[in-house]
Amino acid sequence: MAVIFQKTKALTDVKLHYCPGCAHGIVHRLVAEALEELDEVKNAIVAVPVGCSVFANKYFNFDAIQCAHGRAPATATGIKRVHPDKMVLTYQGDGDLASIGTAEIIHAAARGEKITTIFINNGIYGMTGGQMAPTTLPGMKATTAKNGRDPKINGNPIRVCEMLSALDGPVYIERVSVSTPAQVTQAKRAIKKALEIQRKGLGFTFVEVVSSCPTNWGLTPVKAMEFVREKMIPYYPLGVYKDITAEEGK
Amino acid sequence: MAKGRVTINEMLCKGCELCVSVCPKHVLQLSTTKINALGYNPAEVVNDDCIACTSCAKMCPDCAITVEKLD
Amino acid sequence: MAKVLMKGNEAVGKAAIEAGCRFFFGYPITPQSEVPEYLSSELPKVGGVFVQAESEVAAINMVYGAAGAGARVLTSSSSPGIALKQEGIGYISNAGLPAVIINMMRGGPGLGTIQPGQADYNMAVKGGSNGDYHNIVLAPASVQEAVDMVMEAFDLADYYGTPVIVLADGLIGQMMEPVEFNYVCKKELAPKTWALTGKGDGEKHMVENLVIEPDECEAWNKKHFETYAKIEANEQAWEEFLMDDAEYAFVSYGTSSRIVRSAIGYLREAGYKVGMIRPKTLWPFPTKAFEKLDKKIKKYMDVEMSMGQMVQDVAYACNDKNKIEFYGRTGGVVPAVDEIVEFGKKVMGGDK
Repeated sequence: MAVIFQKTKALTDVKLHYCPGCAHGIVHRLVAEALEELDEVKNAIVAVPVGCSVFANKYFNFDAIQCAHGRAPATATGIKRVHPDKMVLTYQGDGDLASIGTAEIIHAAARGEKITTIFINNGIYGMTGGQMAPTTLPGMKATTAKNGRDPKINGNPIRVCEMLSALDGPVYIERVSVSTPAQVTQAKRAIKKALEIQRKGLGFTFVEVVSSCPTNWGLTPVKAMEFVREKMIPYYPLGVYKDITAEEGK
Repeated sequence: MAKGRVTINEMLCKGCELCVSVCPKHVLQLSTTKINALGYNPAEVVNDDCIACTSCAKMCPDCAITVEKLD
Repeated sequence: MAKVLMKGNEAVGKAAIEAGCRFFFGYPITPQSEVPEYLSSELPKVGGVFVQAESEVAAINMVYGAAGAGARVLTSSSSPGIALKQEGIGYISNAGLPAVIINMMRGGPGLGTIQPGQADYNMAVKGGSNGDYHNIVLAPASVQEAVDMVMEAFDLADYYGTPVIVLADGLIGQMMEPVEFNYVCKKELAPKTWALTGKGDGEKHMVENLVIEPDECEAWNKKHFETYAKIEANEQAWEEFLMDDAEYAFVSYGTSSRIVRSAIGYLREAGYKVGMIRPKTLWPFPTKAFEKLDKKIKKYMDVEMSMGQMVQDVAYACNDKNKIEFYGRTGGVVPAVDEIVEFGKKVMGGDK
């Protein structure tokens, strides 16, 4: 008899405050597991955002800093420049990264900061209660787009992986999801790979996780994961958008 | 096929049912009788058909699931 | 070290390096662009890091990260850029982190002008970001003093765990004076055992900013105010110029105090018993300088390159708002000596 799955020690025992079925818990675990498997928990420093994951610093069992809204890539830049030998991550939601922090993520990526950004895209502002996000799908309802996002009125969503992959600075960009166990496995692989690339000092690494928000989508957690598969992923296709390590291997 | 055992930490479970939805052997259900301290009906094991695939644990957002492989 | 002739903006950059600062994050803006220009070439020579950020907002948040990571870190800007940095300054302050911010002030508000100004007094001294907090604010009146204050700023920041603003202006940034770098730290600084370094085999470190429970947030604030009380008790600094027999006192800081100093020469020559209190710290404001003067001074003549942002602090310090007369130029205009002589004569009348 062997335990084949238990909670990683890279997470604390603080109870997660997230709503039932919120995938933040899944992604927190994947980040923590990846660092543990790489034996980098002792060297990890994570910059956490403003948004639902503002308390991620309490859940990760390694060094952490709570950042101003959208500024985690700048703050992480400051940390990484002081400690180039440490593993520096940002963990950000879509409002944080793709709206108020657009400049910071683009320029951290363009500078090729040797950090890893984990980007949670669930197409909604969770913490503030369901307002339209930069990634809200056309037609998707939000408390500030009550009839559904109309690109003519509310503008268009931003596909961040595609946008960042146009830059020379990033070395690895992948979009994953966590709506099925197989996707969870792939998401972990991507996060681990990004961290390994950071450890080698090759450049900026970015993993977008297409995620859900059952509470603000008004769906059960299970239905929300279906929505991820049926609506979100077709708009935000999964896959590797940039990988210089693969190019090197050719 | 491997035999496994799932243990739910009922105090952490928020009853989201993601584990229930992905279990290929329908091992898990939300309790209809218990309500935990968080106010949720926790998931519980309802049969011995677990194959130790860990799908439930992978989907659990609250790290409430431990999986063992039985020889 | 022999004196070297340096431009203010470059001298403060060198001062930072001499103080052990190895990290600068900033963004170009007139009239302080020589600070990042200088440090972009000089920091790498000493193993330091210069990053030209995408914005002032990003720069100050890089400072936040580097400060959290335990480094001595500097940013510099001028008025509109400092306005942009207010978010990060508030976060740094709330987290109790040390950082040094140089403001080579220009005329405002908004885009204003690129000529020297002192209208950021309120932004620096009264806050500028949200919430209850103070910055230590040092106000140099010469390039040498800017050098000394930048070096001291790092010690104060580390000692008290708070941002320190060196509030100079475009004139001090642009002029050349002979300077030396002789400041010696007078404080015993504790090792930064709280810094983000990766937890290694120990406990994890956190730099926190959200204190969501009101009771805890209030306690968090009050802890900061215990530090502020110590700073107010220990760090007030000012210069008294010809105050021994003075019956009238100018109150002026930075560049405007240089002009006041010249004006006092002419007024003394004309027989007026006039001196100057020159605040070197704007926060804490040097109230002690006023307390000991008691009722001896008939009028305080506040001269600033603003519309009178310091007046309330002078009124509070001397405890008599009726004793205050104000003369100021703003919008990038530097007052001339004869304007101040005339202002002084008008206030003091025939009272020689």
